[in-house]
Amino acid sequence: MIAFVVQRLLQSVLVMLAVAFISFALFRYIGDPVLIMLGQDFTREQYEMLVRDLGLDQPFYVQFAKFVVSAIQGEFGISYRLARPVAQLIAERLPATLELSTMAALLALSIGVPMGVYTGLRRDSWLSRFFLTISLVGVSLPTFLIGILLILVFAVQLGVLPSFGRGDVVKFGGWSTGFLTASGLKALVLPAVTLCLFQLTLIMRLVRSEMLEVLRTDYIKFARARGLHNRAINFGHALKNTLVPVITITGLQIGGIIAFAIVTETVFQWPGMGLLFIQSVNNADVPVMAAYLLLVGFFFVVINLVVDLLYYVVDPRLRIDRGAASGH
Amino acid sequence: MAAPSALARMLDSDVYHSFRRNPVVVVSAVVTATFVLAALFAPWITPYLPYDLASLDLNDAFTPPAWTEEGSRRFLLGADDQGRDVLSTIVFGARVSLLVGFCAVLFAMTVGITLGLVSGYVGGTVESVIMRVADVQLTFPGILIALLIDGLARTALPRDLHSEIALYVVIFAIGIANWPQFARTVRGSTLVEKSKEYVQAARVIGLHPGLIMLRHVLPNVMGPVLVIATLSLGFAILAEATLSFLGVGVPPTRPSLGTLIRVGNDFLFSGEWWMTIFPGAALIVLVLAVNLLGDWLRDALNPKLR
Amino acid sequence: MAEASILEVKNLRVEFPTRRGNLVAVDDISFSIAPGEVLGVVGESGAGKSMTGAAVIGLIEPPGRIAGGSISLSGRRIDDLPYEEMRKVRGREIGAIFQDPLTSLNPLYTIGRQLTETILTHLPVSQAEAQQRAVGLLREVGIPAAEKRIDHYPHQFSGGMRQRVVIALALAANPKLIIADEPTTALDVSIQAQIIALIKKLCREHGAAVMLVTHDMGVIAETADRVAVMYAGRIAEIGPVRDVIKAARHPYTDGLMASIPKVGRTEARLAQIDGAMPRLNAIPRGCAFNPRCTRAFDRCRAERPEPMRVGNSDVACWLYDAGQGGPR
Repeated sequence: MIAFVVQRLLQSVLVMLAVAFISFALFRYIGDPVLIMLGQDFTREQYEMLVRDLGLDQPFYVQFAKFVVSAIQGEFGISYRLARPVAQLIAERLPATLELSTMAALLALSIGVPMGVYTGLRRDSWLSRFFLTISLVGVSLPTFLIGILLILVFAVQLGVLPSFGRGDVVKFGGWSTGFLTASGLKALVLPAVTLCLFQLTLIMRLVRSEMLEVLRTDYIKFARARGLHNRAINFGHALKNTLVPVITITGLQIGGIIAFAIVTETVFQWPGMGLLFIQSVNNADVPVMAAYLLLVGFFFVVINLVVDLLYYVVDPRLRIDRGAASGH
Repeated sequence: MAAPSALARMLDSDVYHSFRRNPVVVVSAVVTATFVLAALFAPWITPYLPYDLASLDLNDAFTPPAWTEEGSRRFLLGADDQGRDVLSTIVFGARVSLLVGFCAVLFAMTVGITLGLVSGYVGGTVESVIMRVADVQLTFPGILIALLIDGLARTALPRDLHSEIALYVVIFAIGIANWPQFARTVRGSTLVEKSKEYVQAARVIGLHPGLIMLRHVLPNVMGPVLVIATLSLGFAILAEATLSFLGVGVPPTRPSLGTLIRVGNDFLFSGEWWMTIFPGAALIVLVLAVNLLGDWLRDALNPKLR
Repeated sequence: MAEASILEVKNLRVEFPTRRGNLVAVDDISFSIAPGEVLGVVGESGAGKSMTGAAVIGLIEPPGRIAGGSISLSGRRIDDLPYEEMRKVRGREIGAIFQDPLTSLNPLYTIGRQLTETILTHLPVSQAEAQQRAVGLLREVGIPAAEKRIDHYPHQFSGGMRQRVVIALALAANPKLIIADEPTTALDVSIQAQIIALIKKLCREHGAAVMLVTHDMGVIAETADRVAVMYAGRIAEIGPVRDVIKAARHPYTDGLMASIPKVGRTEARLAQIDGAMPRLNAIPRGCAFNPRCTRAFDRCRAERPEPMRVGNSDVACWLYDAGQGGPR
């Protein structure tokens, strides 16, 4: 058990370093930060002095090491566009994105999994066919279009929900939350629904196809041959075996939520990290891009690690008991 | 009795039969074909050439669709803020969307199949490295990868150079996001073939086993590759639309459906809904049709489900 | 028969509707099994023997279905029972053993859980008593340290041990009939004999009859009391094992026996029956075996032979019709 955890941790650290490397390369070698900072007129001495000040003449690995160390301390440099420390910008925007993503993830899971189980068990009912059709449409609808349509219906035509922004937020500690105000909650509805739809359909189709696979296995056939109740077969044996691979893939889907948050935040002008990232791409604001890359990479690595550990807990085959294998 | 011709066999096959019996899939195929043909022949079939600046009249701007009160028969789906016919812009937009989509998938296919063949055949560290990269890349959502590559190019290249080659950058970015699935499938097939005896036999005779394998692997792998390609096409079109909507996709001189939606979005609140809704509808219909085809193809070619 | 049969199959017909027409997998077969008897069902792949077993236990996969005939268990018809009634029969009155012990067991549940679940479904006992019975069953099938191993997962057992667990599961609710479908085919040759002996011993002790489906004549010779030889969905010959093996009457059975290499005899070539068993959509008119039969005559090509009594066996061959040819 310990060996497994340690191995996974080491792998995670390696991947993180690789991501940091890409981020660093981006930061250091794309464009010339010195030029950008100096502006139009400068002398050669000013240029070289700034280079030395910023430590840009140091060997490659020294710069990389400094980069990693400052990143760990939360020091990501200064945004070109807004002239503020990147870390500060991120800290301001992170709660917005996290609240939105969590809400969307919860919605997607709590609706998607039961729908998937239902359509897997009752393949031919009209409700199943209906869900499946909706899911196919859902996969074909781009997230931004869903957002626009929802805005059109609920904000423009009906006027019941806001079409941009976060509403009123309550700040405490370093965090600002929209959960505690009515306008904050109302502002959360449309973006969260938009963000969750794509994931919801993916999860539903995944759960369904896993369920169908499991229902075709020999051990389900044997369970039927033993005369077990349908409930025991469907919700005991089949469901448990379905959920195990679903856990991994769901964990990876969380990555999709983070990616599509960029789109959703743009459509709804939601002040989160995704919007910051797009603005930085449009303005070649490299420090922000690099920091975003690093942060997102970190999220992914952590999620992967958690999923791996969960898998280990749930699937007994991974906990190989080296002493227990027996003879005939 | 003479053996049936290839065409006769195809018409009698289970796949074709499943196709004919499924009205939804037939409709999807027709829709997709319509879009492709319309895109190919766009300059000849649209009522106007919306990007011929000389033909535009700003007085036509913001004309609503033909069936509304202030609409006009001249602009079936209305006109945009520059007086362009929305229907024509949609056809030209679909042209760009399909172009990017197809090229991106072709690129992904080429890269993926090559890497898959190489890693399957050569094995060893080459295989491990390629597959590891593929696996790691697959844990990241494709959109994010495309976005990152696109963003990188945007910041790395000087502005005017970037505008010129923006189209290729988008194709490249989406293609890169898609190659792992092709590579993994093809590698799997290659491994299966590599273990067969005819490969060793070929070596004995002195023929290069790689060429022989190619002849045997490719037909076997075409089915799954086709399924992946169709589904990737849907994803590629959506990815391009998303990138263009975010403003980091195709250049504004060659607007795709995504660009049209973005531009139209600015006018949504002032009531000119047709500028966004119709391109949006066209996008949905196209991607839905392609996805339905891909879904059906996957089920039809899956031996386990028959 | 002096005593009432435990299983009575009359004119059973199993069909598969396909786009190209109806495929008949089991074509009008009749047989019975006496209480405690071991009936072997032997034939090539595709002869319909597994399908017969599936029909008896009511687990034919759609679109396949029972298209005619009747199946009776202890005098009560079971082929037309509603699902819930048949579920009660499965496991409690008819047990099943399938070919691959690895895939027959749910990898995520301990074998103890799989056993007690089966027991509790059918027998009115407490959890504690079910647990005791489970341990007892494991001991019966020869699993050492049963009280400890009951909490192990299937992957912690070797192939032969797993099949023993499967046998325990099949016998858990004390059924009167066991359908064993190729129970040793997936096992090492060295273990096959042990498992077959175990099946025979336990069924004798529990008073259960066995329908032993296999393509291995050797297993039949060791274990069965009577044997049915199936060909192209029909029964070619059915009778006491010694009669069928030593003095095969149907030309197909004769060919089968001749093609088994005999220890101690050197032969220039292995005997072989020319041709192959016909595919389900290309069954010849008349007797299904006639194209490959060295003793076929006109009537064989025109009319399908009904089973005819010859000594202690029933043989479906025109050679034994009193009017023509006559017994050998």
